[in-house]
Amino acid sequence: MTDDTGQGRSWHDMGGEDAGEIARGEHDFALWEKRVDALMRLTSAKGYFTVDGLRRAIEDMGEDAFETMSYYERWIASITRNLVESGAFSTEELNARMEKVAARGPTYGEAQGAGE
Amino acid sequence: MPHDHDHDDPFHHEGMSSSGHPYRPDNDQPLTYWQQMEIAVRELLVEKGITTAAEINAQIVLMDARSPAQGAAVVARAWDDPAFKARLLADGSAAMAELGIDPDGLKLVVVENTAGVHNVVVCTLCSCYPRNLLGLPPDWYKSRAYRSRTVKEPRAVLREFGLEVPEDVRVQVHDSTADMRYLVLPRRPEGTEGWDAEALAGIVTRDCMIGVAIPQLP
Repeated sequence: MTDDTGQGRSWHDMGGEDAGEIARGEHDFALWEKRVDALMRLTSAKGYFTVDGLRRAIEDMGEDAFETMSYYERWIASITRNLVESGAFSTEELNARMEKVAARGPTYGEAQGAGE
Repeated sequence: MPHDHDHDDPFHHEGMSSSGHPYRPDNDQPLTYWQQMEIAVRELLVEKGITTAAEINAQIVLMDARSPAQGAAVVARAWDDPAFKARLLADGSAAMAELGIDPDGLKLVVVENTAGVHNVVVCTLCSCYPRNLLGLPPDWYKSRAYRSRTVKEPRAVLREFGLEVPEDVRVQVHDSTADMRYLVLPRRPEGTEGWDAEALAGIVTRDCMIGVAIPQLP
């Protein structure tokens, strides 16, 4: 959309654009979402990345991610990328662990294993 | 993708996420790819000693404890204490710290509604929000519609929230940044003379402090 107009605006810079009615629905945050939020606070406080890094990776995901992923889905994707970049863990370690997590069971409750 | 819109889902909530996805309140829903990633990242961070399960839980407790009640207490104090109000408007971060609320290194700017000015807060670039004072932002604050339109047609946006700002009142829109957050100091309604701090705080809602509503007497 705005990122290829040559006007120097990226998709996330949406102030002033036309848009529809404001959907007023709200939801309480799920445990996994609060954990994502907590991981951001903790790892940024420990110097692994900054809020600017969080935003940069989200902005790089593009407009499609904004339309198809929820807020904390974009966050965990960005946090993970920043943590790999800062060397907290490798992509290989992440992939192996994600497989292990999925193997524990089909629901979040089962997959979180002993992490609780 | 994990986003099947299953309207027969007995756990289906009214609330939708900012991108229109149904919220799943329970842990017995099918694991999504991103939840799988959250669990994996969290476990790796704990294993590597970067954080601990206790630290994560403490952070969540802290987050849960933050609510608009904190912002409302700040507003109630400002309504009742002109000297505090002056300090709040001069340096929001220092004034909130006075009340024992951690500014978390962020600059807080408090903007005061007056007879001639109504303030409203948005973050057009992302969804920056004074979470220390209001808790986590509502979904609509993070939506494309609110972020896009508030700086362009604020009166129309406020009308959608049921707030008609008189033509002779100027609407000021404040666009937040990652390092600077805004809080609206609403006007104290007439008929609240002599109310104690708790009663005053009771009429200051989250939406009043974002600027999409004004305090109503019960």
